[in-house]
Amino acid sequence: MHIMEGFLPVEHAIGWTAASLPFLAWGVASIKKQIVEAPERRMLLGVGAAFAFVLSALKLPSVTGSCSHPTGTGLGALLFGPAAMAPLGLVVLLFQAVLLAHGGLTTLGANVFSMAVVGPFVAWAVYRAVSALRGSSGLAVFLAATLGDLATYVVTSVQLAWAFPDPITGFLGSFAKFAGIFALTQVPLAISEGLLTVLIFNALARFNPQELRGLGLNIGAGVQA
Amino acid sequence: MSSTKNLAMWLAVVALAVVPLWVVERPEAAPGAEAVKLFGGADDKARDMIGTIAPEYEPWFEPLMEPASDEIASLLFALQAALGAGFIGYFLGGAVMRERLRRERSPSDTTP
Repeated sequence: MHIMEGFLPVEHAIGWTAASLPFLAWGVASIKKQIVEAPERRMLLGVGAAFAFVLSALKLPSVTGSCSHPTGTGLGALLFGPAAMAPLGLVVLLFQAVLLAHGGLTTLGANVFSMAVVGPFVAWAVYRAVSALRGSSGLAVFLAATLGDLATYVVTSVQLAWAFPDPITGFLGSFAKFAGIFALTQVPLAISEGLLTVLIFNALARFNPQELRGLGLNIGAGVQA
Repeated sequence: MSSTKNLAMWLAVVALAVVPLWVVERPEAAPGAEAVKLFGGADDKARDMIGTIAPEYEPWFEPLMEPASDEIASLLFALQAALGAGFIGYFLGGAVMRERLRRERSPSDTTP
């Protein structure tokens, strides 16, 4: 989902940066508030960031014959609310843009918006919806992480299609092409991310029940897939 | 029970990564052309697609620093994964140990 350095026209680069900034400010405020309220959550916050670090470094092969990577932002979104993932995702994307020439500074705003804003918000909303429908918490976590991951790649496809509409078929034709590259490749990877997120949730729920309490998750019954 | 489920989920993750290596067949290369490269990055494919849709588009900014080679790039990706996995391992290891100590101590705690 990394749009490469310089591969968004200037006005798109500025626009997506402007769109991401309020979420980053919201996220920083949200993290500060949570750390003041419960300083012991700092370590767990680190786990949320670390999970995104690991998963976004793993380039996995997919059935389409290309490689892509999960995002790992669902876990943190469920633990700390979706806004908190914006600054954490920014750190991951900045590391990759500066040191790895993976993504870029001019495309950072767009990449933050897809990976660190839309993905976490979709994950959080899906978790709420499945919980409200009385789905098991394991299913809620799985669907949240899977669909959040997939949403990130759909957004990347939208961003590219908007910037580069097909000369004949327009935005939709272009979107189909980019979604064919990103979203299709991502389906099995998103499932992997969902499973891995459930696995780490199981571990956290078993060994850190007191830290998870008070985070607004219904893990009382334990997270089971 | 729960550990069986966890194991099944781990196996599914591994299968999802390994099966494509088997299933995907290399498309026939055009005569005279180089063999088709499999399992390249989706990001690169998107860049090539931009080149197809908008051939006149010129990237207007270059990365400030590029890894000196593919080996250096994989070193940095491995470092990224190691930092994340290391932290998670440290946290979970501490939590598992704390839980075990608590359980060992709890019988005496309940009967003071």
